[in-house]
Amino acid sequence: MAGVTIASLHKRFGAVRAVDDVSLDLSPGEFVSLVGPSGCGKTTLMRIVAGLERAEGGTVSIAGRDVTGLRGADRNVAMVFQSYALYPHMTARQNIALPLVMRRLGARQRLPLVGRAWPGTRAALAGIEADVIATAESLGLGHLLDRKPAQLSGGQRQRVALGRAIVRRPDVFLMDEPLSNLDAALRVQTRKEIVDLHRRAGASTIYVTHDQAEALTMSDRVAVMMAGRILQVANPTAVYDDPRDLRVARFIGSPRINTLAAEIGADGLVRVAGQAMGLAASARGAHVYALRPEHLVLAPAPLMQGRGLAARVEHVEFLGEALLVHARLTATGEDVVARIAPEDRNRLPADGVVGFVAAPGRGLLFGADEARVAAVPTAPMPAGARVHG
Amino acid sequence: MAEAATIAQTRAAPARRHAGETAVAWLLAAPATLAYVAMILVPSLALVVLAFTDYELGAPGFRWVGLGNFTELMADRGFLRSVANTALYVLFVAPVSVALGLAIALLIEGGRRGRALFRALFFLPVVSLTVAMATAWSYILHPTIGPLNALLRAVGIDGANWLGDSGTVLLSLGLIGIWENAGFNLVLFLAGLTAIPRDLYAAAEMDGVKSAWDRFVTVTWPMLGPTTLFVVIITTVRAIRVFDTVATLTQGGPNKASEVILFTMYTEGFSFFRMGYSAAITLLFLVAVTVLMLVQNRLIDRRVHYG
Repeated sequence: MAGVTIASLHKRFGAVRAVDDVSLDLSPGEFVSLVGPSGCGKTTLMRIVAGLERAEGGTVSIAGRDVTGLRGADRNVAMVFQSYALYPHMTARQNIALPLVMRRLGARQRLPLVGRAWPGTRAALAGIEADVIATAESLGLGHLLDRKPAQLSGGQRQRVALGRAIVRRPDVFLMDEPLSNLDAALRVQTRKEIVDLHRRAGASTIYVTHDQAEALTMSDRVAVMMAGRILQVANPTAVYDDPRDLRVARFIGSPRINTLAAEIGADGLVRVAGQAMGLAASARGAHVYALRPEHLVLAPAPLMQGRGLAARVEHVEFLGEALLVHARLTATGEDVVARIAPEDRNRLPADGVVGFVAAPGRGLLFGADEARVAAVPTAPMPAGARVHG
Repeated sequence: MAEAATIAQTRAAPARRHAGETAVAWLLAAPATLAYVAMILVPSLALVVLAFTDYELGAPGFRWVGLGNFTELMADRGFLRSVANTALYVLFVAPVSVALGLAIALLIEGGRRGRALFRALFFLPVVSLTVAMATAWSYILHPTIGPLNALLRAVGIDGANWLGDSGTVLLSLGLIGIWENAGFNLVLFLAGLTAIPRDLYAAAEMDGVKSAWDRFVTVTWPMLGPTTLFVVIITTVRAIRVFDTVATLTQGGPNKASEVILFTMYTEGFSFFRMGYSAAITLLFLVAVTVLMLVQNRLIDRRVHYG
């Protein structure tokens, strides 16, 4: 069991700050996702931890040992690549065995044919074979060991890549978008398998992804990265419900969080297009009000009794388990999306004009600098206006 | 009746369209087909026919001699000498220029600066005219005024009469051949090297592959397999076809010590005008090259494409 400490790492590519003063702590056995849009520096950060890329400043420690100056091969870190990076000329068995061969056999013992004559080689090879088979069995690869990567499906190649990573029991797993080349169904299944694998191996895992669903479902903590900086590190619930930055709020959650221009008056109430949204803050002036699609409560306009924001329904998407209602605010022309239960479809008014309010206690406030601004809920909404909550 | 006619028409239509398409296809392929037939197929067939005759250039007619040309070749010591010389030349030039091309490519690829410069420098022999370069070589290798021997004298070694001594002439021609071919192979290997996914090197580093040699054995060499196969075949063919250095520098001499197959063929055909005999040499040459290529391809192909 070994933790990872990343302290104020810096890395530039030309004028671009790929990694800009990043610090992150992983406790032993923790699963942390680095999530962010492409080009945000998450892969670079991982490659620095792996020792494949050299940082210009800052340190990386694994199990309390400063490894900043060590090359990747000396860090006892395993990495799973997006492309799998399997050696195409080797069988699955040879691919999985390679990290053990490189570590347990000396250069002379690795020579073809004559290597076996060296004392201890046979015993070492037998040990490697046993470990490879145990790893392969645990991944359901036992019958595929003699195939080359080209003869394996995408999912099978992915398992071989995982096998090559876990076979030598590393201190840290690094995974760089390992699921992005799999089809959707396999991705969901493999998600769970990777988490199981992580629990069994007990090593700290850094998991890079641009897919927020993977980050939220798999991780102990999620680090949201943008433009080379980590904006927030927190458990999945906190990242979703309590984002510290508007960019985090926008990146996490699908469909995207609704953002509306808001004004805080002298009375401290947050108003959008003149309507109080049920939030109060000590800040004043122009802000951004944000509300998740599932926290919009829609009702036919007459039922709202003058409360709530009037909007016209533009388009309804059926997702199976929910409906997405795309609407445009009558007052400001801003677009909003609401997620409602499918059975509420026939409650949408025929003329398409609805009113909406925030579900009680929901709604987030952000300043002009995109940082979260403290706000507290005010009065609950009137009973009877509720269509869905 | 009218109905039946329409049906017949609609049925015929696809067939007509098909025929039209075929005609257009032939029309479009005609220039290439004609060129291929006129430039390659007919001369090759003529060559095969000639190989069984005693035709001489300018002669009014010819006689069929069956395998006569071939039996004569098997007894022709000059020809056998040229086969042996060519074999020696290929066995020297092909492996060395492949290995050298790979080594320089690895050095250039591993270096940080001057890639384009070095690539151009080493590729220069390929684009320069061998006949023109031969003048430079005959000067460099000249026994009395050549800079090579001057250099050797300066360090106290007696140089040889590089192109004039039957003991060194093949070696000298071979070195020139290597100089020509290594640059070509280098460019091919550089292209092969850039095609290797960087992720494989990163994976090797993670797997504990530390030394440059292990990296080469684990990633570079296996991934260069298809390139190497191509380079080996191309270099072998280029070496077997050695002609212009021989023709310009040694004329097969001294005393047939640098006589190679293509030069023998050239002398028989264009100096002695024995077209039939020359055609027989060419035919043997073509068969030998084809067999060699097939064998190489069969032997190596399965081991370099990991499908």
